[in-house]
This record gives sequence, C-alpha cells and structure tokens, in this order.
Amino acid sequence: MMQMTTADDSSLINCTTCRLVSRVRRIPKQSFPICPRCGAQMFRRKPNSLARTWALIIAAYILYIPANVYPIMTVISFGKGEPDTILSGVQSLMVSGMWPLAVLVFFASVTVPLVKLLGLTFLLVSVHYQWRWRPKQRTILYRLTEAVGRWSMIDIFMISILVALVRLEAIATIEPGTAATSFAAVVVLTMVAAMSFDPRLMWDAMEQRDG
Amino acid sequence: MSIPTGHRLIACQDCDLLHRQRLLRDGERAKCTRCGAVLYRNKRNSLDRTLVFSLTGIILFLMANLFPFLTFQYEGRVQESVLFTGVKELLVQDMWMVAILVLMVSIIIPLLKIIGTLYVLLPLKVNRRPWRAAFMFRLVEALHPWAMVDVYMLGVIVAMVKLSDFATIVPGAALYSFAALLISMAAASAALNPHEVWEQLDVADRI
Ligand SMILES: [Zn+2]
Ligand SMILES: [Zn+2]
Repeated sequence: MMQMTTADDSSLINCTTCRLVSRVRRIPKQSFPICPRCGAQMFRRKPNSLARTWALIIAAYILYIPANVYPIMTVISFGKGEPDTILSGVQSLMVSGMWPLAVLVFFASVTVPLVKLLGLTFLLVSVHYQWRWRPKQRTILYRLTEAVGRWSMIDIFMISILVALVRLEAIATIEPGTAATSFAAVVVLTMVAAMSFDPRLMWDAMEQRDG
Repeated sequence: MSIPTGHRLIACQDCDLLHRQRLLRDGERAKCTRCGAVLYRNKRNSLDRTLVFSLTGIILFLMANLFPFLTFQYEGRVQESVLFTGVKELLVQDMWMVAILVLMVSIIIPLLKIIGTLYVLLPLKVNRRPWRAAFMFRLVEALHPWAMVDVYMLGVIVAMVKLSDFATIVPGAALYSFAALLISMAAASAALNPHEVWEQLDVADRI
C-alpha cells in the first residue's frame, strides 16, 4: 500500500493543470509534451524553476528598498504636502488609535512581503543544497507563501480609493507616491516567483539518497 | 506522444507521490499520504452550486460597476465616486502601471473569471462541450489567484476608516453589491470542483 513511488520514478508525468497522469514515451528536445486531456504543456518539473524563482525574488528584493524608502502617498491639505511611507502610514494609524487597522496594514504590507521573500529564499537554498530536513514542513511553508501573497495588495487598493475620494482641489488632495509602483511590482514579482517554484524539487532530494 | 494511464492514478502536485484514486463520499477529500496536500475532493452538487453563484456574480458585478461606490462629504461638499474612479484618478496622476494593475485585478480579471466559468459550465450542465472548452477552463484556473475582489474590499475598509476622522464617507449601492460579489465569488470557488470539471470535459469529448 505505502510503496512511495512518485510519478517521475514510474516514467509518468503529472499534468499540473488538470491533474491527469500520463505515460510519456519520449520527450522531444526543447519542447514539452501536451496533455491529452487539457492541452496544457506538461513538464516533469516546472522548467528552470530555480533560476526563474531566483531572478524574480532578486528583482523583488531590489524593489523592496524603494518601496519602503520613498513615499507611497502624499496627503496635500491647504497646499502643504505630507508624504507617507508604508511604515509611517502604519504609524499614523497607530497614533490615531486605529490599532486593529494598524496591525492589519502592518501585517499585509510589511510582514507578508518579507516573510514571502525570506521564505522563498530559504526554500531555494534548501533545494540548492538538497537538504533532507523536514520536507513536509517546508512544503507547508511553500503553500503558505503561495496563499498569502495577494493580501499585500491592500495598501495599493487603499491608495486607489483614497485618490478617488479625496479630490478637493485647494482643500485636500491625495497623490500616490513613487513607492506605490515599486511596492505593486514587489507584490506581483513575489506572486509569480511563488508560482514558478516547484515544491516537488524538495522531495526529489529525499529520493535521490534513499534509492 | 503521450497516452493517459486511465483515471485511476493521481499524482500529488506538491511531492509527486502516486496514489490510487478512490471514490469519495460527499464532502470528503483525499489527502497525500506523504505531504498532506489535498489531492481531490468530492463536492455535492458542485456544478449546480457553482453555476448559481456565478450567475449571481454576473448581476452583482454589473451593479457594482454601475451604481455609486462611495460618497465623500466634507463641509458641505459632496463628491461621488464609482468603482472605476480609482483607476481613472491613478491614470490622471500618471501612475499608469499601478492603474492597469488595479483595473486588471479588481475589475477585468474577476469578470473574465466569472464569464469563463459560466462559458464552460453552462454547456456541461446539458452535457455539451463548448468551443475551446479546455483552453477556457485552463484560463479560468490560471486567473484564480489574480482575481482580488476580497483583498480590494479590505482596501476599501481601510480607506474608509482612515478618512473617518476627517470626512463623512457614505457607502453606495455599488459597495454593497461589491461586498455581495465577494461573497458569491468565494462561494463559487468553494463550490467548484476542477477535478470533476476536467473529468466531465473528458467524457464530453468522447460523445
Ligand atoms: Zn492536463
Ligand atoms: Zn504529496
């Protein structure tokens, strides 16, 4: 019952789109077999998973700096501008006594992107050195990084709503700052990075030395 | 080049371990014995429920885009905004990358996702296979993480609370529709059983 064979060991290929398991006789070079059921390309493992994920998270790390240093929006009231960075935005929520909201924004805008970046880095390093340490826990970490990423968009959406609402020319306007573009890019890059990482690579290391 | 191995085998998407597929009871789910990933589920009346929630979603989507979203009141000045206003103002302020992203994930992708779901599932309900069904359903599945109606709603709440000290913000009919859209889309995703849809598309193919 528990013979622990993988699709790959049995010369089978799992379509990651529709989950059909097919037998592939011969894989043509430079191209991928097409799933007979859904027509998607099938790969043993996601192509260039490590290189792609590294490239995407390195880009995200770089953009994380301007996203936090530059103002994400500026409230201009009576001609005077008050720029807010991500962190000072959280701070001003705290000062106004909006604690639950401050915690929410801090979690979505600061904790989630960092945990995602550090988590993916850790997973990439673990695959690179073929660690055999707790693959199940690392797989759970992967699922977590994949699931939480989109929630970082809260700040971007909040800005788009503030910009739409506060348009009182001389009295008050809200302008989005340059950090908004960088931050949005960080969110998108980390989401794509999580998608291009293949968790099966962590389990491949388990089998190599078993067998 | 490739031949299906019959439908009895299923491989874990996270660790590649092979499992023999078995019949599940209503509401049951099969988990990978090695890594704990959910392999497949059995959902009761999945097709019908997904269709109902998606049809509701289409109506709510239209309402959310047509009616006033939020009204801003400050010392006698009243300013109304619709869902699209945020995107428009971002464009006016030259933030076109952010504007396009917000437009995609809060309006266009959710709409495409609902339409795509209906396009594939409505014909399946009467045992037909729509044109390019596999491509369309692949698209629906790929769009899933990028439809951010739920996250957008939280952004709205944060913005409303942030402004509450300074001005009066009155939610409009579109905001309530949007909140209901979020619920109906979440219910549709919870009801949808992609595994079942792919198997049905497979069967429909042979008729
Ligand atoms: Zn497939
Ligand atoms: Zn597994």
